[in-house]
Amino acid sequence: MSAPLLELRDLHVQFRNRNGSIARAVDGVDLQLAEGEVLALVGESGCGKTTLARTIVGLERPVSGEVRHRDAPLRYDRKGSKAYRRQVQMVFQDPSGSLNPRQTVYEAVAEGLRIHGLGEGEEERVAGALARSGLRPPERFFTRYPYELSGGQRQRVVIAGAMVLEPSLLVADEPVSSLDASVRGEILALMQRLVQETGVTILVVTHDLGLAWNIADRIAVMYLGRIVEQGTTEQVLGAPQHPYTRALLSVVPESHNMDPQILVGEAPDPTRIPPGCRFHLRCPLYASGEAERLGIADRCQGEDPTLPAGEHVAACHAVPDREGAPA
Amino acid sequence: MSVAAAPTDPRRIAWTRRRRALASAWSDLRKDKAGMAGLIILTLFILMAVFAPLLADKDGLRAINSLDNDPWLPPSEFPPMGTDALGRSVWTQFVWGSRISLLVGFAATILAIVIGTVVGVAAGFYGGRLEGVLMRLTEWFLVIPFLPLAIALAAVLGPSLRNIILVIGITSWPSTARLIRAQVLTVKQRLYVDRSRALGASDGHLMARHILPNIAGLVLANTTLTVPVAILSETTLAFLGLGDPTNASWGKMLEEAFQQGALTEQAWWYYIPPGVGILLVVLAFTLVGHALEEVLDPRLRGIEE
Amino acid sequence: MSAPVATEPLLSVRDLHVSYPTDAGRLPAVRGVSLDLAPGDTLGLAGESGCGKSSLAGALLRLLPRGARVSGEVLLEGEDVLTMKPGRLRAVRWSGMAIVFQGALHSLNPVQRIGGQIGEAIELHPSDRKGKTSTRVGELLELVGLPARRARDYPHQLSGGQRQRVLIALALACDPKLLVADEPTTALDVMVQAQILRLLDDLQERLGLATLFITHDLSTLVAACRQLAVMYAGRIVEEGPSEEVFAHPKHPYTRALAAAFPVIGDPAFRRNPSGLAGDPPDPRELPTGCTFHPRCPVARDACTSLDVELWPAGDRRRAACIEVLPA
Repeated sequence: MSAPLLELRDLHVQFRNRNGSIARAVDGVDLQLAEGEVLALVGESGCGKTTLARTIVGLERPVSGEVRHRDAPLRYDRKGSKAYRRQVQMVFQDPSGSLNPRQTVYEAVAEGLRIHGLGEGEEERVAGALARSGLRPPERFFTRYPYELSGGQRQRVVIAGAMVLEPSLLVADEPVSSLDASVRGEILALMQRLVQETGVTILVVTHDLGLAWNIADRIAVMYLGRIVEQGTTEQVLGAPQHPYTRALLSVVPESHNMDPQILVGEAPDPTRIPPGCRFHLRCPLYASGEAERLGIADRCQGEDPTLPAGEHVAACHAVPDREGAPA
Repeated sequence: MSVAAAPTDPRRIAWTRRRRALASAWSDLRKDKAGMAGLIILTLFILMAVFAPLLADKDGLRAINSLDNDPWLPPSEFPPMGTDALGRSVWTQFVWGSRISLLVGFAATILAIVIGTVVGVAAGFYGGRLEGVLMRLTEWFLVIPFLPLAIALAAVLGPSLRNIILVIGITSWPSTARLIRAQVLTVKQRLYVDRSRALGASDGHLMARHILPNIAGLVLANTTLTVPVAILSETTLAFLGLGDPTNASWGKMLEEAFQQGALTEQAWWYYIPPGVGILLVVLAFTLVGHALEEVLDPRLRGIEE
Repeated sequence: MSAPVATEPLLSVRDLHVSYPTDAGRLPAVRGVSLDLAPGDTLGLAGESGCGKSSLAGALLRLLPRGARVSGEVLLEGEDVLTMKPGRLRAVRWSGMAIVFQGALHSLNPVQRIGGQIGEAIELHPSDRKGKTSTRVGELLELVGLPARRARDYPHQLSGGQRQRVLIALALACDPKLLVADEPTTALDVMVQAQILRLLDDLQERLGLATLFITHDLSTLVAACRQLAVMYAGRIVEEGPSEEVFAHPKHPYTRALAAAFPVIGDPAFRRNPSGLAGDPPDPRELPTGCTFHPRCPVARDACTSLDVELWPAGDRRRAACIEVLPA
């Protein structure tokens, strides 16, 4: 396998709350992205997926671990981060908020070029990026202000502003969740087309498993700062291994054929990550006594399961390891 | 950038659009009756200050040139505003006094706004220890009562026009600093600032492109609201005898009216004009300031979705 | 839509119009909507932002902003809500129909205990029910799955899902016959969303409550409601039993909307995001003829001039499209 485009090694990101407690938002993530793939990072709000995305683009700094792009570690000095940021771009959840209300569409798209001193042929590049993002004819949009655009058009402008720098990785944080359902598909189709046309790699952060089924090659499921399952989309959604993934999948209204397993409680608190398996307090296997029957209940309470290496893997004591022996 | 056909040049069109936005702000302002009234009053006083030499002879300010006039002549006998105890024309003092009052008001305000904006932006944008230090300093200035500090400063620096401006400037920036900092903190959290940062923007770029344009309206409105405070401060200092003895301001007129016993003489024509002048100018600035605030502040307008 | 059983409808909306004043004339938000809801039945109203569904909900309880003009009839058990005297309207708002809004945080008073807020609602609207208010508050909280001791809590001590439960308890305080739920789960996480949906379903069974469920999320409606009505540009464009409407849409808009909610595991949706070009129309400049024709993939010439009304389209179904008109 060729070297990955992006690699996260034992990444930890923490925040100090007002009351002094420390939130371990990202708590030991290892992840690889291959060139040209679409990876969906899914999980509930508060699981750390947005923090992970922001760390990848360099908006947050990890307390330990590293982000490696094409085998070079991300540096946080001015020069290193500027070169990296041209390569790694981000699209945010709320397209209305991510455009400065005082900037025209042209200025918003040209901003990246100006920051990186790519003034040459600016107008052609901006026009090209807008056209590729589905805003045609581009000249008609140059002088519009964000408030004159629909939500879908705004998100296209944001995407054009990121793609104009010809990045190798596009990190999209819930790129369609604030858009109307009928517009969503168009934006997803645009992202898919960008992958085919430019070879960009996409990490899409979402809570929506249907979206993952729509466009992702692979899925990584995140729970309380850790990736608990990953594999190809067909593997993870077709034969989920981790009880958390199974529960998530079962409550999606579109998956009619599963008995909904509604987990009790809300998404847990990253300032108080339980010992042992971080999921065991909400785990249906553990609660139903199934873990006891399998003889792993003690490990669920006391031992933090790690994510093994492999194509389709889950961090769960109940999942047989690769040799096929029960854990 | 390649030179494209004129009508499609995006930058030029953007400028046209900006001009249009300005025009629409102006038309919004025109709809605000109170603001327009303030603007008219203000324009009249500014014209008076600018064209003072045409309206009254400056020499009339010196008592030596007014020996022919009787003291305490009422306006009916010495139009338009009568004379003071030394026989000087009140009108001349009023006209020339507007110059000093407005000049001190504007200059001190610019000083205060510059200090306040720099402190507020630095504290809000960079945060951390710098913010802590700057905000403690701001609070320190804020809690010290204005008058004793100004009196002490004026006494130390000595009475001159420049020092009056300095004293008022360095005592009236803290509220601006706090206001600007709060606004910078909100703008800083906008997603478009994150987007720009993710594009690779430096702090300077963020400041110039996103932070400052979004606080400019607030700064302007705040300026208009600080001028009347500065004018009142000048009046206070001049009335207390800490003003520039060589220049007539409205505050100084009030002081002299008091010293010369205009009240006991019932020479209302000496203390009413400067009093009303101050009142009108302060009112006008406040009206314009609030109108500007509403027109320029996107939060109050609700265009920023 | 006529209910299958020949019962008197609980709620009957007749030719409802809602418009708002703007600088450029009146803005039509709802343009002639009629619908019926039988006692104990569930009706889902689907539509995207700006389609008028929230204006419709507001008009049902006369909760629209000042200046809004409403015409038509909203008959609750045969009595027109739109012409009621204020006193009668207040009584109806709680005991006849109650509304649950989205945004659970802002609908609760932050400085009053939960129990106090529910108790207030009970005391302001005396019913034949005997017994102490505090007992009733406890009953209501337990009905929505919260322990009765939560009555002593303030809103900020509750999670988003728990607050939404409190709002539902508040709505049920005076035993309404009809519950209007306007995007009740939109801001919530998938798992909590599933919890609330299960609660609503459960309450509907146990109390025989009729529910009008309004959301942009078609897949949620299909899972939660027996009947479905799809709104576009201020009108209902399709209605019928929800499973059938979702599986075999007759109107091209419904078809596009249904396709925007991928069925996980269905190869038809795999790597095939589907949306609708363009944006919903501006209510100030509605297209001529069928308002959907500029975005319609199967529009004909006639669609630019012919405005089709809802027309029978099979068993218990109606659609407003030229395709269902008899040849």
